[in-house]
Amino acid sequence: MKLRRVTLLAVMAALVLVLGASLTTAQDAKVIKIASQSPLSGPQSVLGTAIRNAAELAIEQMSGPLTEMGFTVEFVPFDDQATPDVGVANAQNMVNDPAILAVIGHLNSGVAIPSSEVYDANNLVMVSPANTNVNITDRFLPTVNRICGRDDAQGSAGAAFAASQGVTSVYVLHDNTAYGQGVAEFFQAEAERLGLTVLGFEGTSETANFDGIIQPILALSPEMIYFGGIYSQTAIFIQQARAAGYAGGFLGPDGFDSSEFAAIAGDAGVGTFYTTVAAPVTYFPDAAQFAADYEAKFGEAPQPFAAQSYDATGLVIKAIEIAAARSGGEVPSRALVASLVRATRDYQGITGTYSFDAVGDPVAAQYYILEVGSADPAAWNSNPLLQQVETASPLSAAAAGMAGS
Amino acid sequence: MEARSPADWMYRFLLFPLGQMLAFIAGSAFILTLLAYGIALLFPEPRPNIVLADQIGRQLPGMVISGITTGFVYAMIALGYTMVYGVLKFINFAHSELFMVGSVVGFEVFLVFSAQAMLLTWHPVLLVAIAVLSAGLVSGLLAVTMERVAYRPLRGAPRLVPLISAIGVSFFMVDFVRALMAITRNDFNLTYPLNGVDWARAPIPLLIGTTTVNLRPTQIIIIVGAVLMLLFLNYFVNGTKLGRGIRAVSQDMTTAGLMGINVNRIIALTFFVGGAFGGAAGALFGMNVGTVTPFVGFFPGLKAFIAAVLGGIGSVTGALLGGLTLGMIESFLNGVLVYFPVFGQRYTDIFAFAVLILILIFRPSGILGEKVDEKV
Repeated sequence: MKLRRVTLLAVMAALVLVLGASLTTAQDAKVIKIASQSPLSGPQSVLGTAIRNAAELAIEQMSGPLTEMGFTVEFVPFDDQATPDVGVANAQNMVNDPAILAVIGHLNSGVAIPSSEVYDANNLVMVSPANTNVNITDRFLPTVNRICGRDDAQGSAGAAFAASQGVTSVYVLHDNTAYGQGVAEFFQAEAERLGLTVLGFEGTSETANFDGIIQPILALSPEMIYFGGIYSQTAIFIQQARAAGYAGGFLGPDGFDSSEFAAIAGDAGVGTFYTTVAAPVTYFPDAAQFAADYEAKFGEAPQPFAAQSYDATGLVIKAIEIAAARSGGEVPSRALVASLVRATRDYQGITGTYSFDAVGDPVAAQYYILEVGSADPAAWNSNPLLQQVETASPLSAAAAGMAGS
Repeated sequence: MEARSPADWMYRFLLFPLGQMLAFIAGSAFILTLLAYGIALLFPEPRPNIVLADQIGRQLPGMVISGITTGFVYAMIALGYTMVYGVLKFINFAHSELFMVGSVVGFEVFLVFSAQAMLLTWHPVLLVAIAVLSAGLVSGLLAVTMERVAYRPLRGAPRLVPLISAIGVSFFMVDFVRALMAITRNDFNLTYPLNGVDWARAPIPLLIGTTTVNLRPTQIIIIVGAVLMLLFLNYFVNGTKLGRGIRAVSQDMTTAGLMGINVNRIIALTFFVGGAFGGAAGALFGMNVGTVTPFVGFFPGLKAFIAAVLGGIGSVTGALLGGLTLGMIESFLNGVLVYFPVFGQRYTDIFAFAVLILILIFRPSGILGEKVDEKV
């Protein structure tokens, strides 16, 4: 009996030793984690998954220098379900893991804004591949950056395009979210400035049955409908509006930009115009290799924002490399990484060259105006490009104005 | 039950219910049209260059049709709430998920049609009937399972307990379907393969007075389908032995049991019929809107519940009246509020529910509800 107890104690002591040893080895390896946050489930998961996949691919391909410095680079994807509460809860989990040094995300501005408050309170840097709402960077948070353009430019670009097509009357809808309402308001303001008649400005959270909303639009018969929203809602609306006999044109922001749009709207969606910050990957000459690698790894063509997410991740890895070198090979502090991300100048990505201004907007942002060419979702990446507009960020534009005067 | 003449049968099961539906539609359309023109008198030109009366005139046929289609969908879902409430005095909050499952089943059935190239070769009526019946069957069986697993064991428990169980079932179903679709399709937006199919999507121009209204074929399918099924339900509840069983159990469960009625079987049957109507409505709704998701049941379910309360919960006719009225109110509000920039369509629900509260203040048990003693 006594002997057995001794054996038991010995075994336990051995276990504790082994466990302790493994723990210390785990601490020896210096782990750096890069997180992504985007909707991986739910109606917008097609775009959210693309953001995650591209970030994963970027880490796999570009973490070589960090590995040589003795770091293990891990990727931790989070699912924000396109819901602000979930995004904030995830952000709180994220900041409690000291190994997480950067976040790539989000897809939705309405989720990014509250989540980034949590990141910023903990010096965790965020680089967004897709958030276009002005308030992302207009809160002047030192940790919040984006590599895409802003809705004030996007809404105006849409209105200018409508005017250039000879449209004289528009009807504006939005989805009641920070993103949709924001871009729709900028569209409305610019459309009125250009002398277009705005026949209506409405917000709706309806996602399935638009019968009632379509009736007054038919009675007003605008030449074009602008819908500030995401494809999972707007494509259904367009399909129903066509079936109800609406004959005018449709125009929307980058929320339209997913092959799912073609799948949902079908023939009714052909001829729809959309402005986007993310042109199809085929328009970037440097992105061919990325597109091939992406397809090989994930078995599907990259969706919009995938290439942007790849660049955002690459830019972050670069900043972490410099930070790690400055920290003498130790895991760098979050604050250092954040300040180095903001200091990025002329990062050569596959979708362009990126420099951040003082608030985290890219100094020059591209807008593309495309037309849906086919009801076949597989043909989404070959939608014809009608116009390309380069806009300077408000801050750099103001600086250029000062220099000029 | 005494033998009845064919003429009497025709009246009871065909003419009377049809007349009732027509009266509800015409009545609510008439009152709302008057109200709309009343508003147009008060505010002739709410926005520059917009003459409200002209706009209403142009929109009227479209608003009525959209109100009827939405209303029939609400009515068909509301029947499930009201029938279950009738027998058990219990609100099945998972009922909106039966509607959602119906819409997903309809999607799967149409996917099979599309894969087998039957969409363009088979007769549309047959296709729609198969889809709607399979959706109804699956949702009906699911409702019976739900009752057996989650509600029957709790039948003697305090009223809040089955209510919580129902909410749990509702969450479970949404996430289960979500997971199932993620695993099998890796997709979330389930788009009926009807785009480009003329019998479902080509608008039907209809000349009313001087304005052309474009009817959507699926709206006609909803209206015809709902009318047929409501006629059948009326016959089933009021003209068959099983229906008499349902009415008996809803009046007094214990006494009905003493009279030799198998109460458990009748309750299961009630769940089946209610669930089947919800599922069938889901498939019809799915065809009309084109794309459904596992969350699609929430708002129609909530509004149908409200329609059931509005009409008088426990009353089958009340569910029909409540559904049609609520659909019509919504449609008219959408059509008129748009011209008032201060309010706008985003406040449609607020106004719709304000009307509801007003009606319930004056008729607490709903428009057609009777004062029932609280059974606790």
